Amino acid sequence: MSGIELHDMGDIILETRDLTKHYGGVHALEGADFILRKGEHVAIMGDNGAGKSTFVRQITGVEQRTRGEIIFDGHPVHFDGPLHARKAGIEAVFQTLALADHLDVPDNLFLGREKTWMDWLGPFRFLDYKAMRQDTIDALEKTGVKIPNIRNTIQNMSGGQRQCVAIARTASFHSKLTIMDEPTAALGVQETGQVENIIRTLKEQGEPLVLISHNMRQVMDLVDRIVVFRRGRIVANLDKDETDHQDVVAYITGAKTQPEYEVAEMT
Amino acid sequence: MSAKSDGIGGLKYDKSKKTWPNEFNIFIALVVIVAIFEALGQILPYMNSQSFLFDTQDRFGTIFNEARLRIIILQIAIIGIISLGVTQVIISGGIDLSSGPLVAATAMIVMSFAQTGLVNGNPNPAAVFGPWSFDLPVIVPILIGLAFGAFIGSINGTLIAFTRIPPFIATLGMFLICRGIAQWWTRGQPVSFPTESYAWLGSGMMPVVWFLLLAVLCHVLLRYTVYGKHTYAIGSNEAAARMSGINVKRHKVLVYMIASMLAAFAAIVLSSKNLTAQSGMGLFYELFAIAMAVIGGVSLTGGRGSIIGTVLGAMVFGVIQSGFTYVKLDAYYQIMAMGAIIISAVVLDQWRQQRAAARS
Repeated sequence: MSGIELHDMGDIILETRDLTKHYGGVHALEGADFILRKGEHVAIMGDNGAGKSTFVRQITGVEQRTRGEIIFDGHPVHFDGPLHARKAGIEAVFQTLALADHLDVPDNLFLGREKTWMDWLGPFRFLDYKAMRQDTIDALEKTGVKIPNIRNTIQNMSGGQRQCVAIARTASFHSKLTIMDEPTAALGVQETGQVENIIRTLKEQGEPLVLISHNMRQVMDLVDRIVVFRRGRIVANLDKDETDHQDVVAYITGAKTQPEYEVAEMT
Repeated sequence: MSAKSDGIGGLKYDKSKKTWPNEFNIFIALVVIVAIFEALGQILPYMNSQSFLFDTQDRFGTIFNEARLRIIILQIAIIGIISLGVTQVIISGGIDLSSGPLVAATAMIVMSFAQTGLVNGNPNPAAVFGPWSFDLPVIVPILIGLAFGAFIGSINGTLIAFTRIPPFIATLGMFLICRGIAQWWTRGQPVSFPTESYAWLGSGMMPVVWFLLLAVLCHVLLRYTVYGKHTYAIGSNEAAARMSGINVKRHKVLVYMIASMLAAFAAIVLSSKNLTAQSGMGLFYELFAIAMAVIGGVSLTGGRGSIIGTVLGAMVFGVIQSGFTYVKLDAYYQIMAMGAIIISAVVLDQWRQQRAAARS
C-alpha cells in the first residue's frame, strides 16, 4: 500500500500523517502517524511536555500545524478554529471548561442547539423548556451523573459536577469523534466514576474517542489501544490486551521504544 | 409532604432551602424605602404628619394617595422603556450610553413628520418641512422613529461586534453624534404642534401603558426565546457561546438594535406627551436607565438580571425621586443622593456576588 492511498479506507475515522508542530525552534510534535477506527477508544499517554496536548490542538483546529496531513472521515481537513472542527463532527472537552456560569444545566447542555417551537419567528423562536429538561434528566441518569437540582445555575456547582455537565454535553452531541483532555484530572473518586460511566456509554454507542489521561487504572479500564508519546514523538502503539502497567510505564519513561518507531527517534 | 425532592442520580435537595430570587430582594427594598418615607412624614416636624403613600385626607376613593402614585409611575414610564433595552445590553455584557441623546435626536426627527398643518386656523409656525409633511398618518412618524433607532443601534452593535471597540467608547461616541444630530436638525429650534393622533400616543397614562406592554414583551423575549437565552449566554461566557455555534457578532448587533429601537420609541412617547421636541431632551436619561437596571439587580459584568428586576428597579427609582420631593429635599441634593444610591446598588451587588462565590 505505497504511493496512492485511498482516503476512504472504510472504518478509519481519523488519520494523521507526519503531523508536525514547531513553536519556533521547539519541536513540540514531530511526524506523528496516527490511526483511529470507528467505534475505537484510544488513550494517549505520556509525560508532561511529551506532545499529547499539542497533538490534540492540531486536530481540533486550536492551532495550525507546521506540516503533515489530517484525514477526518475520509477527507483531508484544514480546520481554521475549534468551532470549524466541531461543525465537522469533532467534539472536544478541554481542560478549561466552556460552560456559561449563569445558566442552568439544560441551558448549558442545549446551548446553541436549543429545542424550539414556532421556528418561523427566527431568532425570537420559543424555547421548549419542558423537552430540554426531560432530555437532560434522561441523559444524566443514563450516565449516572449526580446533580441535586438541574435548575441550579452552573456557578453554584462543584468542580466535579461542572465537569460532568461539560462531558455529558459532549456525549449528547453524537459527534463523529470525541476528544477528552484530562477529563478527570481535578475530580474526586466518585465524580471520576461518573465521568468514566459517560465514556463507557460512548463506547456502547459505538462513538470513537481519543482520551488523554495520566491515570493508568482508568486507561486500562476504558480503552482498546494505548498510544504513547515521548518528547514530541509517538514511541508505541499498544493493544491494551497485549500490554500491562509496567510495559506502558517503560515506554513513557523511555526505557523501551517499539522497533517500528525507533528509526524515527534516531533522526 | 416532604420538603425534600429528588435530584438526578438519587441525590436529595431541600426545596425550602432554595435561595430567594434576586427580584424578591428588590421588592423588599422597595417596601422598606416606602416605609422609610412614610416614617419620615410622621417624624419630620415640618411635614404635619402627611402620609407618603396613603390617602389621609379623603381626596380619593381608595386608601392610596392616587395622585402621588400616578406621578411616580408616569415619571418612570418613559425612562423605564429605555431601561428595558439597556437591561438587555448589560445582560449581554455591554453598556449603552447613547440612549439619552438618541431620545433627543429621534424626537426632533419624528416630530418633524408628525406636525399638523394648521394651528388654531393659522399655518404651523414651527414647521420643519413643507406642506407635504403635514397631517401624515401617525404610523409614518412611528416607523421613521423606529427605523432611525434601528439604524443607530445597528451602528453601535456593528462597531462593538466587528471592530472590538469597548462598548463604553463606541456608545460614548454615539452619545455625542446623536446630541449633535438633535441640534443640527433644526439648528436648535424646537419642533412643536403634532397631529391629534400623534399627541394621543403620550397622553394621560398612555406612557405607563406602553411601558408595561413593552416590559411584558421584553420579559417574554428574554425568558422564553432563543434570543434571550443567547443574550444571557454571551454575557455569561462569550467564548463558550461562540464555541456552541452561536453567532455572537450578529447577536450583539441585534441586541443593540433592539435597545436603540426601545429608546426611539421612548422618544416618540416623550415628544407626544410634551407636544414638542427639543434638542436638549433626554438629559441624563441614559444614566437613569442604567441606574434602574442596576438597582433592579442587572449585573454590570453581564449574564445576570431580568426585566422584572428592572421594572422593580424603576419603581425604586421613582419612589426615591418622589420621596425626596415629598420630604422637601432640595433638587440639588436629590441628584447627589441619586448618585450615591446608584453606587450603593453596585457595591451591594458585588458584595452579594462575592458572597455567592465564597459559598460554592
